[in-house]
Amino acid sequence: MRVDVSMIVNGSLRTLEVEPRTTLLDALRDELALTGPKKSCDRGECGACTVHIEGRRILSCMTLAAMHDGHQITTIEGLESNGSLHSLQEMFIEHDGFQCGFCTSGQIMSAVAMIEEARAGWPSAATTDVTKPFTIEDLSPAEIRERMSGNLCRCSCYPNIVAAVAEVAGRR
Amino acid sequence: MHPFSLSRPTDVLAAIAAHAQNARLAFIAGGTDLIGLMKDRVTLPDHLLDINRLVGISQIEALRDGGLRIGALARMSDVAANPDVRSRFPVIAESLLFAASGQLRNMATIGGNIMQRTRCTYFRDEDDLPCNKRRPGSGCSARYGINRNHAIFGWSDDCVATHPSDLAVALAALDANVLVRNPGGQRLIPFAGFYRLPGNTPEHDNVLERGDLIVAIEVPARNEGGASHYLKLRDRQSYEFALVSAAVAVAADRRRISLARIGMGGVAHKPWRLTRSEAALRGVSLDDIGALKLALAVSFADARPLAHNAFKIELAQRVALRALETAGARL
Repeated sequence: MRVDVSMIVNGSLRTLEVEPRTTLLDALRDELALTGPKKSCDRGECGACTVHIEGRRILSCMTLAAMHDGHQITTIEGLESNGSLHSLQEMFIEHDGFQCGFCTSGQIMSAVAMIEEARAGWPSAATTDVTKPFTIEDLSPAEIRERMSGNLCRCSCYPNIVAAVAEVAGRR
Repeated sequence: MHPFSLSRPTDVLAAIAAHAQNARLAFIAGGTDLIGLMKDRVTLPDHLLDINRLVGISQIEALRDGGLRIGALARMSDVAANPDVRSRFPVIAESLLFAASGQLRNMATIGGNIMQRTRCTYFRDEDDLPCNKRRPGSGCSARYGINRNHAIFGWSDDCVATHPSDLAVALAALDANVLVRNPGGQRLIPFAGFYRLPGNTPEHDNVLERGDLIVAIEVPARNEGGASHYLKLRDRQSYEFALVSAAVAVAADRRRISLARIGMGGVAHKPWRLTRSEAALRGVSLDDIGALKLALAVSFADARPLAHNAFKIELAQRVALRALETAGARL
């Protein structure tokens, strides 16, 4: 069995014919040649395959392409605009937020959406009191570490990643 | 993954009818557990029915009486961020925020969360080691294997696994109900009767049958809901399943406990209520730590540790005590 899937990927309509068992990650990498999202653990444990669906960060290895007909997908390839890097990409360079680079696209995609979650007032496990409103000013380094815990970095660039994310979150 | 077919209906009744008629069909929602189980060849359905398009089962409703109705397709992150959930039942929001990662919480649904299967490493082993839950009759590798993460209550020689859901522990403590629909109609299953102990049929985690679809979780209004807390202990500080956890809600009259609800995770095949301790806590002052400890110990008299997890008996009591103190501070 093959199914038709149409998705808006990085702003362009893409129509694919996939087997139902094809993960979104495999469809992006193998069918659309978008190799920014990485296949690392392939079990939802490392975050290297993080992309956005309708603006939300998700793990593309743990969902099927066929479940996303009609959805808007953004990968790291779609983050720059008019040839300029996203501010988080710039800050990862500025703060030396990577070494081997394998986790980096997942880290950046996760962080971009995470900052929006914090702006929307979402609490986290690091939030002292979930009954009180949360604002972006509450996004401490401890909050960033907790909210980014779904992205592993084998080179252990964590302090620099937190610095890059904190700098972008502190701007408007 | 193995080949399978897929359908994406929008009508609840059509989805239920398809499930009732095909024993090789599985519902898929967030997919965050099922896809892993399929990749590890633990579950091999012939057909997946994508329920994400089903209409009318994803809302989070704050009921006028103080209760909540959470649609089965509501995502963990939306429920955890919901202001009514956070103020009425902080224990629910916390149990969700201490689970999984930001990405997984955006995908995983409430119905799927309470349906997730055990993290017992033998159950999920790629080499298909003996496991009665995975292959009935094959034996339990954990019973005399590495069982540090396993049960101290309610286990059988056929299965010593624990239930991994944090949310389920909070819902059990609050005596929530699972709203289930099947071809014959709709029924409410109290949380206390939703999960099973393993006995000699550990392949059944809960009482749901073919043709059943969870459509919502209903949390009754609870005066003690606001003074509640979820405390989770794990081997690392974030993004890990519980070693031991406690969900507590408490009501008190001038610091003397009038009602305590305590559910524990990581200790049994289902969320484990400390029923006898809850009774013993009635009338005890929240400031009398010694008396609180004695009352909590009552439920642990019948704990049965395995070779590697006797430490959980002491740890669980400390977790319950600290959760009770934190919940009490919200009074």
